[in-house]
Amino acid sequence: MSNKESIVDIPTVNKIARLSRLNIPEASKQNLTNDLNNILGFVAQLDEVNTSDVKPLASVTGHKLPLRSDKVTDGNIEDLVLKNAPESSSGFFVVPKVIE
Amino acid sequence: MSDLLKFDLLSASIALKNKEFSSLELTNAYFEAIEQTSALGAYLEIVKDHSINMAKASDKNFKNGTARPLEGLPIGVKDMFCTKDIKTTASSKILENFCPTYESTVTQNLWDDGAVMLGKLSCDEFAMGSSNETAAKGNVVNPWLKNSKMSPGGSSGGSASAVAARSALAATGTDTGGSIRQPAAFCGITGLKPTYGRCSRWGIVAFSSSLDQAGPLTRTVSDAALMLNSMAGHDKKDSTSANLEMPDLMNYLDRGIRGKKIGIPKEYTQDGISDDIVSFYEKSINWLKDSGAEIVPVSLPHTKYALPVYYIIAPAEASSNLARYDGVRYGKRNEAASLDEMYEITRGNGFGEEVKRRIMIGTYVLSSGYYDAYYLKAQKVRRLIKEDFENVFEEVDYILTPSTPTTSFELGKKQDPLTMYLNDIFTVPASLAGLPGISLPVGLDKSGLPIGIQLIANSFDEPGLISTARVLERSAEFNFIADGAAK
Repeated sequence: MSNKESIVDIPTVNKIARLSRLNIPEASKQNLTNDLNNILGFVAQLDEVNTSDVKPLASVTGHKLPLRSDKVTDGNIEDLVLKNAPESSSGFFVVPKVIE
Repeated sequence: MSDLLKFDLLSASIALKNKEFSSLELTNAYFEAIEQTSALGAYLEIVKDHSINMAKASDKNFKNGTARPLEGLPIGVKDMFCTKDIKTTASSKILENFCPTYESTVTQNLWDDGAVMLGKLSCDEFAMGSSNETAAKGNVVNPWLKNSKMSPGGSSGGSASAVAARSALAATGTDTGGSIRQPAAFCGITGLKPTYGRCSRWGIVAFSSSLDQAGPLTRTVSDAALMLNSMAGHDKKDSTSANLEMPDLMNYLDRGIRGKKIGIPKEYTQDGISDDIVSFYEKSINWLKDSGAEIVPVSLPHTKYALPVYYIIAPAEASSNLARYDGVRYGKRNEAASLDEMYEITRGNGFGEEVKRRIMIGTYVLSSGYYDAYYLKAQKVRRLIKEDFENVFEEVDYILTPSTPTTSFELGKKQDPLTMYLNDIFTVPASLAGLPGISLPVGLDKSGLPIGIQLIANSFDEPGLISTARVLERSAEFNFIADGAAK
């Protein structure tokens, strides 16, 4: 982040959109690029903070994640699992053909 | 019917127990109110038959002497909570036909305690927004200054608007960076964000998992206590849920604050905060002082970095959480020749602009080469922000701040995403530290819009937060009703 020229251009937007699996119409790419640059420029002020001896904080709970025994707790709900699927067949989710 | 709308959650509960009216009568009064205020657009889904059945069951329990804590009280539910067999869209086009096959823990807790569900309330899409304008089906209107079309705030804008308009006795909300407290402030009601871990996140549409927390939006502080009593509790289905008993908050309504220390952080009186808010902030400080509290100036030096940290961490977590909307298992699908194209078109069409912006930011800060510079850096500064609070809570019991830098604004007036983000400048720090906060109305500004003041407590001190908020509430005597409220 210290390198502020690492800022987003249209090829970067294309790359990030691809990673995000988002179709972005050509017409909105310039606006999106500007928005991302403004936001990334704003968050860049974190550079001012000295964090050399600071550990990252991922969770504020203060407790260890609980473990449970590795046992099946439900099941036999195939109908419920598939109920909201846009397309299903014979107990499976259906997707477009994948040919590698 | 208008008489029944005058009761708040607590007084309605007492009146129901005394058989002054039935839950069915109360519920029907709310359906009339919903109709009367429908132009506000707060409700996405009304479930009248379901509500009537619940109300009748409640009336039976009153008759049999088996009434539960929220028996017969009609409430609204933010559309972020999964409700079994009732459409749950998170105000997004991508979920427009999603009908959960399960119930969120928090709403189940409310139904188990006897509450009656009125319907689902609009919000910003996936709870991403501070004005309710990112909702796929259009914005909700604030019932205050109803002819001016003011924003109800966001993301729990539908919840706040409905409670202020008296089309719900109370409502659930979720708060990630201020989404309960900011709309509560804009709509002149009380909004409480509990400590992270108090309420189970199971069955709530995930936005930013290390920050999301459910809470009540109500007319009074006592109502918030009554409702949170039922919402909170340990849940094995949420690994971040705190295994900690919450004391009955109703025992803390009248404990006062004599001898308590209230911290006034110098970083919360910045440029750009409206004069009316400053003046009511000063009044609030004096009210607490007159009630026996000691006022202590404190410093939370990393406050200005809270928003930048938030706008890295929340989008990063969102980009990961929203990866599940792929048009395969649920939600809307747009057909395409290949699987990848299907994902891209489905997600490109199904998500709104703000959601796409945040997924893009999140993906960028998590991408190879930028992860350390953005995401890891933000997590480090998040620790410093949390430590600021820990240090201050060595010294004081509660922290008092304004809830928002301005009162509500006209819908459609703020277009720039960054300007919109600044709305949450006073609510985000406590969210990052996981602390409980409450916003309550203390007065009106010159144009007649409500002003909210925020109290922040140490982790799991909801009881003390309620006691302190009650003192402030009694001093402020905020008895105004929105001009757009049901009559």
